[in-house]
Amino acid sequence: MSAAVPSRPFRPGGAARPRRSGVAPSRVTAVVVLTVVGLVFAVPLVALAQFTFRQGTDGALTLDHYAAIVDPVNAVTYQPVFDGLGASLLIAVITVGIVLLVLLPAQIVTALRYPRLRRVLEFVCLVPITVPVVVLVVGFIPVYQVVAQVFGSGAWTLAFAIGIVSLPFAFRPIAAALTAIDVTVLAEAARSLGASWWTVTWRILLPNLRRGITAACFLTITVVLGEYTLASFLSRTTFQTALLLVQSTDPYVAAVFSLAALLFGFVLLVLIGRVGAARQRTPKEPA
Amino acid sequence: MTTASAPGGSAFAPGAGTAVPVPAVTSAAAAPVEPAGADAATRGTGARGRRPGLAWLGLTPFAVYVLLFLAVPAVIAVGSGFSTGDGAFTFANLAAFTDPSVLRAFGGSFGLSAASAVIGAVVGALVCWALAALRPDGLVRSMIDAAASVLAQFGGVMLAFAFIATIGAQGLVTTWLVSAFGLDLNAGGTFLYTVPGLVIPYVYFQVPLMVLTFMPALEGVRGQWGEAAATLGASRATYWRRIALPVLAPAFWGSLLLLFANAFSSFATAAALISQGGVVPLTIRAQLTSETIIGLQNVAGVLALGMVVVMAVVMAAYSLLQRRAARWQR
Repeated sequence: MSAAVPSRPFRPGGAARPRRSGVAPSRVTAVVVLTVVGLVFAVPLVALAQFTFRQGTDGALTLDHYAAIVDPVNAVTYQPVFDGLGASLLIAVITVGIVLLVLLPAQIVTALRYPRLRRVLEFVCLVPITVPVVVLVVGFIPVYQVVAQVFGSGAWTLAFAIGIVSLPFAFRPIAAALTAIDVTVLAEAARSLGASWWTVTWRILLPNLRRGITAACFLTITVVLGEYTLASFLSRTTFQTALLLVQSTDPYVAAVFSLAALLFGFVLLVLIGRVGAARQRTPKEPA
Repeated sequence: MTTASAPGGSAFAPGAGTAVPVPAVTSAAAAPVEPAGADAATRGTGARGRRPGLAWLGLTPFAVYVLLFLAVPAVIAVGSGFSTGDGAFTFANLAAFTDPSVLRAFGGSFGLSAASAVIGAVVGALVCWALAALRPDGLVRSMIDAAASVLAQFGGVMLAFAFIATIGAQGLVTTWLVSAFGLDLNAGGTFLYTVPGLVIPYVYFQVPLMVLTFMPALEGVRGQWGEAAATLGASRATYWRRIALPVLAPAFWGSLLLLFANAFSSFATAAALISQGGVVPLTIRAQLTSETIIGLQNVAGVLALGMVVVMAVVMAAYSLLQRRAARWQR
């Protein structure tokens, strides 16, 4: 939009600055606003980072807290964090599995065979936004009493519940990818050339949907790593509950891990963003 | 820009602008099963309905999964408010809504959500406006989008820690304010650990959410409209007052409602900062661990019902406004 056709000013008074006809402000205004807001938003993160180097309350800085993480003496104190991280990573793998094996086929089949179900599918996938997790969790407690009898009480069973919570996040990018390519035409073309449904899925659809699927998986991973509510109510140890646990004994280490997790999430999402931006350069997609 | 270009964006991204959840929670999750049957039947005679059996294999796991882990918990959560300890149906538990602590929790939640939503919406809209001057596919934009996603949706507990380090008892800003201005933020107890204090960390994740949800609307405002107005002799003020603001208004109010809903349902940040009740999600936690209202059962279920009602109303209004806003987005 900012790349709108540059032309001579319509109003003589506006000649000094580049003429703006859209809503966008001038570059200077934009930079000022973004810098101010950016600085304000950086404060808590800087404080968190500074906290990880803090020694006592006298303002001295130290690297001790980073060294302490790898020090075997503290292994017992920090064990919950590593356990929680391990559990969260396992849950992330299973949840991504649910997205790939349950949600993705449903979305592809809907796009190919039951286009009229698309709205229903979208509605269902967005329900977890309207029904807060805190509400769902009231119902999850009895459900998990059954789940515990069937699968045991391992933390990995949380993946079923977190899969539901991540539905809205996983649905969007896949749906966007599905609308961006004309799946029906592609599939019919491949079928008329003699491809089996298997070939259509593996050689035509999945490669074309790769970016949407990657984005869905990355978002799911971030959801899992940041999930606190379910784990806390269902008394499972995951990364977030462990952070809160360790925070009471060693707040510095909790801060170190929080910062690392936020950075990790940021990097994952920048990657998605770049993939999305790369895609934008391909021809216009239907809305 | 479609949602496709910003998948880092959000589950809330209103790009599609369609079929945003409307209230009927309990029937919603059960829905895919029944219409699917009807659809398969009608399409069976159609051109592509040759082997409906195989296609069904793709939908069944999803339907079963959603039924077991979304429909069942949602029904139990809301239904448990209507049952006595031994499972009989009753309206008696609804009396919990007259309990002072429950009323205070809803009041606290409303106040917190409204304050953080209004501040978040105004600041977020300002940021969107500034972002409009940047290249939509540039590196800065991707980084801001990514940061917004992380802060808006995945921070939770970690944001709470960041704010303890910032304005907690020994926080960086707290100590700086004391040494520079002699101003003690926490003179009357640690401000951050009170419900009004929660507004600060809440705004911190509301602004990014506003950026994610409002940006598509702002990008939907075409440069040509401004050019057309200018050729007809409109001033900048007229352009804003008669064109840009009316076009953006539904999206702005819609996003404001979404922010309200987001704050209303948020749990992790509050849980990490406040150990007692004060807002509804925390009261639900307290009720689940120990029933504290004498003579009533399943108060957590009643509170869950109350939350769902509020959320349903807010989200229904949001989806109406979003549909209006979507008219201008492509």
